[in-house]
Order: sequence, then C-alpha cells, then structure tokens
Amino acid sequence: MDTIVTERVWVVGDSVTTDAMYPAFAMKLPVPQAARHIFYELRPGWTDDVRPGDIVVAGRNFGLGSSRPVAALFRELGVAALVAEEFNSLFLRNAINHGLPALTVPGVTAAFADGDTMRLDFAEGWIENTASGARLEGGALPPLVLEILAAGGILPKLAREGYVPMPTKA
Amino acid sequence: MGMTMIEKILARNAGLDEVSVGQTVVCDVDMTVMIDLQFATGWVQPLKINDPAKVAVIMDHAVPAPSVSDAAGGTRARTFARDFAIEKFYDVGQHGICHQVIAENGLARPGEVLACTDSHTCAGGAYNTAARGLGPAEVYSILCTGKTWFQVAPTIRYEFTGTKPAGVSGKDIFLYIAGTYGDATNHNLEFGGPGLASIPMNDRRTIATQGAEISADYSTFPIDDLARDFLTARGAHPGSYRAADPDPDAHYAAVRTVDLDALVPHVARPGTVSRNSFPITAIEQRPVNQCFIGSCANGQLEDLAIAAAIVRGRKVAPGVRLLVTPASQAVYREAMRAGYLQDLTDAGAVVTNSTCGACFGYHMGLLGPGEVCLTSSTRNFTGRMGSPDAEIYMASPATVAASALTGHVTDPRTLDPQQELN
Ligand code: SF4
Repeated sequence: MDTIVTERVWVVGDSVTTDAMYPAFAMKLPVPQAARHIFYELRPGWTDDVRPGDIVVAGRNFGLGSSRPVAALFRELGVAALVAEEFNSLFLRNAINHGLPALTVPGVTAAFADGDTMRLDFAEGWIENTASGARLEGGALPPLVLEILAAGGILPKLAREGYVPMPTKA
Repeated sequence: MGMTMIEKILARNAGLDEVSVGQTVVCDVDMTVMIDLQFATGWVQPLKINDPAKVAVIMDHAVPAPSVSDAAGGTRARTFARDFAIEKFYDVGQHGICHQVIAENGLARPGEVLACTDSHTCAGGAYNTAARGLGPAEVYSILCTGKTWFQVAPTIRYEFTGTKPAGVSGKDIFLYIAGTYGDATNHNLEFGGPGLASIPMNDRRTIATQGAEISADYSTFPIDDLARDFLTARGAHPGSYRAADPDPDAHYAAVRTVDLDALVPHVARPGTVSRNSFPITAIEQRPVNQCFIGSCANGQLEDLAIAAAIVRGRKVAPGVRLLVTPASQAVYREAMRAGYLQDLTDAGAVVTNSTCGACFGYHMGLLGPGEVCLTSSTRNFTGRMGSPDAEIYMASPATVAASALTGHVTDPRTLDPQQELN
C-alpha cells in the first residue's frame, strides 16, 4: 500500500462537531448530496473549493459528537486524509473504517495554514510542510488499522472475507 | 498491576490476564445493537452473521418514518430481522430510544461488552457494561464477525462523597463535572465512592450517557445493591453475570472527588457543555421559546415524574412550547398509567411519540432562527435542534419544567418551597 500522500491542506479549528460536518437535514439526502453540506455553517462554500486529494487539518477533539458516518462524505469529496491535534476516538474509528487515513499529530495546526502543501506518511506517522520544511511526528497507526486502510475500509474487507456480496459500497 | 473496571472487562473479553493503557486488543462482543438509521443509507444485507442471539435491532431515531427513505430503511430492517431470525427486534409499537430499550430489556449486562451504532452507547456503563458507540460500518463488521478492536485508554475516576440533595439530579452532577473539568477525550470515566448509593439508577444512566459530550470512550459504574435489584427486575440475575470491580491498586490518569452535598442545579450555555456549564444562580434569566424534556439521557420515567410534579395544577407560560418525549413506548405507557402524561398535557405540554426526533433536529420540534431553547436532552451544539441561528441551553428535567412555567431559565428550587423534588 502506498502510504505517502502529498497534497494541499485546509485548516479548521478545535472541537469541530459531527453536527457541523453532517447536519441532521443532510442525513435525509443521498451521500453525494449530503457531502455538499460539510462545514455548512463553519465555512460556507468550502465544498466547492475542495479538490480530490486535499487533506483536512483540525485542532483538538476533532469529530466530537455522534456516530453519523462523516468519513463517507469526506471520501465522496475525495479528501485523502485527516490530520488533527487530537481526534474524538469514535470519529477516528469511523474514518479508518471508511478507508480514510486519520493521523494524530500534536502541533499540526501551528505548522500549517490553508493552501500549504503537506507530505504525510500514515504508516510511519509523520508529516512535513513542503514549503517550510517543518517535520512533525505523530503516532504510527497500529498494524490492525493499516490492514483496514489497505483494504479500502471495513466493508471491502468483509466482502473479501465472504460476509457481504461483492462489490460493496464503502 | 491492578486494573480499572474497563481494563478488566476488556482483558476478559480479549482472553488476556491483563491489559494496560495504550494496548490494542481484539475483543469478543457480547451484544450488538443496530438502530434504524443504519438501514436507511448504504445498507447491504450480509450473507452471514456471527450469532443472531447476540444481536438486537431497535427502531428509534426516525419512527414512525418521517421520510420515504426512512420508511424504506424500516422495510430493510424488517427483512433483515426476519431473514436472520433476530428475536430482539423492537419494531414500531415496541420501540424506543435504543439506550432506553437496552436498559429496560437487560441487554447491557455487568462485565460484558456491548456495541451499538449510536454515540451515546456509553449509557450502558450505568450497568457496569463496557459499552460504546462505534459507527455503522464497524457495527456491521461486528454483526458479521462478533469481534472488534479497542485501544485501552487511560481512566479518570470520580469519587462521590456525601448525599445527592433533593432537587439536584444526574444531569446536574454531569454538568458540574463537564463545567469544572472539561473534555475527557480519549479517556474512560469510572464512577464510585460512598456517595454513589444516593444516586438512583436513572441518574446514573444520565451521567453515563453524557460521557459522550465530553468525548469519553467509556463511562462505567460499579454494581451495588441498587444496580443489582434494577438488573434483576429486568431479567439479568446475579450469578448469570460477572461484574467488574476495579482493583485497589488500579492506576488512574486522575482521581477527582465530587462532594454531592455541595451541588446545586447547573445549566450549560449554548454550544458545548465542556467548561461551559455553570451553577444556575450564575445564569442569565433568558426568555425561552421552547423547553424540551426527553432523549436517551432524560426521557426516563423518573424524569417525567419530576416534570409532572412540577407542572401539576399549573400552566406553561404564554409563548412557550413545552415538548415531552418519553424515552420508549414502555416509558410512555407507564407514564400514562401513573397520570404523568395527563398532568403534563393539562399544563399545556405536548407529549410526543417516543423517538429521537427533536433531540437531533431530524423530525418534529425543530427550532427557528433566533429562538432560545432549554433542553434536558444530550447536546447543545449549534444547529443540533434545527436552525444554526437558534441557541440551546441545557439543564435537568426539573429546571426545564420550572422554566416552562415562568418563561425564562428558572431554578426549580425557587419555584415552590413546599414542593418535594427528587
Ligand atoms: S435521544 Fe438524542 S442523543 Fe439519544 S440516541 Fe437519540 S438522537 Fe442520540
């Protein structure tokens, strides 16, 4: 599995909740439409600017809130990875289970601004600001987690193991 | 080394003698609970599942179906329950908010691991269960394999001393903790101490449930006489389970004492509960447009009893809407039998079907721009209950009921000194 991503970043603040990313009214919509409402209040219009491959950087307690599958919406927009000072653990698990790498890196919000380019290796657990050269270490993801990411998420993994009919929607 | 409650349960279910903080373990899951929303988007019926006896399906978030896609989800849930012979299927009529249905049917058992799609699954910690929310994809995986992984987080212990005063409830205890200590991200909460005996089971569940708002992984209580009797009445008999008590030399990230004698009603200001909850005496007397009593945290029978006692023989203030949602159909029926629903509706409240509905702003009871709500539900996030331009304060059912009568945030203890509150 290629574990290195180099892309443009978007930086959001602390304690961004799942309600701010997947509002209740969007839960009534199919995933492609629901994805148009990420950060609807926080950064109106963001979903028009984000490009496939972009990385979302956040502060502390990222994804506080409910179990709604926000990661599916990020994947829909092509977001390649999430990096945060700290993740809510349920949100982190949801990201991984949808095949979206999520890396905890203390200091990331100070080292990056909107539009910077980040190089990250989620297997080794480091990130680098390609312009400033600043390199920060996060925790490496456990092998169990890398296995799920390598499969593209938990549903493709289950399909391969014969629990779900192929092909599946992740 | 000694283990905390949660470390003991995870170790046992991973087949290990010991686990420690930071360790990733693979655990057997004793009960897997799926909710209606899981069937509404992206559902694929599995080819095989691990064990139908260890699965429950509960219709709660969007019942009776408020949209065609929810209705189609209901059909898929029924098909799944039928095809896999799921006996623990709580369809419309036997429904209720999943954490209430889990509690009243004894599905969360001491010393066991319970997984459910909803983020407030930590509610089951009130019964000494390692219960947490895991998201639809992961719960689906557990449904198939019967297992999942956990990383053992450090534990914060709260020691209760003294006695819970009348007029102060589990909600106030939680808001005090959230206001004073803030988030517990990537930590477990463990509760105990000599004061615990004065905290009834419904209040313990409120506290356990709301661990989610301070981002805790698990929030667990020990099994004492009160908990044992509660469980026995719901078909979980001592001898059929093995409760987990912490070792005397267990290691904690912090041990904090809460003096119950000193507690007063608390209110959270809009946005978050974390470091944003204060004694009611410090809160501005905002006029309120909507008062809500309900949710998995505070739609329990005891909550309705308290609210009914406060509004009995009085009227909701003009211009205020008081919405009351019993947490389950069983609570609804009990509250009707006991006359609480009569008292509430006589006072001008609207009693709704038992569902998540208003709590997550999905169907019924939404807030308009510029409105102020006082809720006893779980979350006061911006936009949670409707318009992002509405403000949501949070307090106990007693405070919400008292405020509905006056039209502004009101300390229930000042309403009528003669009135006895629990
Ligand atoms: S009542 Fe509210 S917090 Fe509880 S499960 Fe339902 S939506 Fe979630």
